[in-house]
Amino acid sequence: MYDFSQVTSWIHELLLTIMPEWLAVTIECVAIGLILLTVYALLALFYIYFERKVCAAFQCRLGPNRVGPFGLLQSFADMFKMLIKEIIRLKNTDRFLFALAPYLVILASMLSFAVLPWGEGMQIIDFNIGIFFLIAVSSIGVLGILLAGWSSNNKFTLIGALRSGAQMVSYELSIGLSVLTMVAFAGTMSVTGIVEAQANMWFIFSGHIPAVIAFVIYLIAGTAETNRGPFDLPEAESELTAGYHTEYSGLHFGYFYLAEYLNLFIVSGVAALLFFGGWQPLHIPGWESFNNVMAYIPPTVWFVGKAIALSFIIIWFKWTFPRLRIDQLLNLEWKYLLPINLFNLVLMVIVIVYQLHF
Amino acid sequence: MVSLAIQTSTLAVTAALTGVALVAAGLWIARLISPRSFNPQKGEAYECGIPTRGVSMSQFKVGYYLYAILFLMFDVETVFLFPWAVKVRDLGADGLTAIAVFFTILVLGLVYAWRKGALAWK
Repeated sequence: MYDFSQVTSWIHELLLTIMPEWLAVTIECVAIGLILLTVYALLALFYIYFERKVCAAFQCRLGPNRVGPFGLLQSFADMFKMLIKEIIRLKNTDRFLFALAPYLVILASMLSFAVLPWGEGMQIIDFNIGIFFLIAVSSIGVLGILLAGWSSNNKFTLIGALRSGAQMVSYELSIGLSVLTMVAFAGTMSVTGIVEAQANMWFIFSGHIPAVIAFVIYLIAGTAETNRGPFDLPEAESELTAGYHTEYSGLHFGYFYLAEYLNLFIVSGVAALLFFGGWQPLHIPGWESFNNVMAYIPPTVWFVGKAIALSFIIIWFKWTFPRLRIDQLLNLEWKYLLPINLFNLVLMVIVIVYQLHF
Repeated sequence: MVSLAIQTSTLAVTAALTGVALVAAGLWIARLISPRSFNPQKGEAYECGIPTRGVSMSQFKVGYYLYAILFLMFDVETVFLFPWAVKVRDLGADGLTAIAVFFTILVLGLVYAWRKGALAWK
């Protein structure tokens, strides 16, 4: 009903009537880049506001409420403040790597952000190995963080970066295996294919127990992957000042901040797309009129709504669990989540091969 | 009409360039409008106030390195499992027995690392 590819092909046809194809493609690419940039920045600003408000609510505070109605313009104000702060040049840093690190972090989150499906045909990068591409590009971020910590020439940043590297690398395995479980269930790696396979029923309902286990593990690993919640020891402020980005100032720091919030959205967006049907509305077999009403809600609203709901859960973790120690963190991954995940994969495959699912 | 692969790759490059442009443009604007002051103390490492001791780009705990090696092993094997996962429905029970051998070796690797004490944080 809301097929966005009709709109894009119409724009393409329209451009082709007045100009050669190479120019049309260039203009479209620039337009896509600008849209991506705008959505990326606005979403990050929204997330900063959202997190501060949610945290405030958990702690019985008001949160930002001075700038604009309900403090809505607070994150804009913060952004401008960050823009006019001095970018300090340090004496003993590795200049090249120090400057390179924010590029890598933003690149990783921008590429994985572009894979997320916002609606039918409303997706920028649609590879037939989409979800695999997403895992691949999101691991570039680890490199950026390690470089940031190493090149800063500071003990705090080095410890923070190594902790973060060990943590992200370990939990990436769990993310990979959870995704693998769902790929086996869906039978495709294409993001569009995975979403379309959930038209009648979301995977969390149709996938039996293995899908639920995979979801829980994905959520835990996703929280660790974004360095948040109980797993925020790379930037444990009581011991490491600010972790790997201690030496970054002004907008340089701003990019790490931006990527961190966007990664929260990406992790919850991927969870929404793998387990909660992406942009597919809630369908209950048999309830025809209910399904029709649900189908009237635009897919973008469904996708963003699911992603924000999942982000809320991840933010909730932060105020519920105390921070872990590094050995506890690695034990949790390697001695619990990984064996459970491997077992879960076998379970899922048995369910698929012997047709035990409904 | 170009092929779908080229189309998608073009879009991926567009997204990558957007990311690079975001950082480059932002930093350029920030350099233009942000104040600048020079002070030798400013270039010091932000540690505790007194000049930092020794080199900070130093050797570090070998434990991190062990986990990185283990990660490499498991991640590569996960990559090998992906093509099979896509086709698991068509392969059926035969595919299951075939992959069971591979999977057993993968699990044995984890068991070996565990028994060897590679997973213990010392």
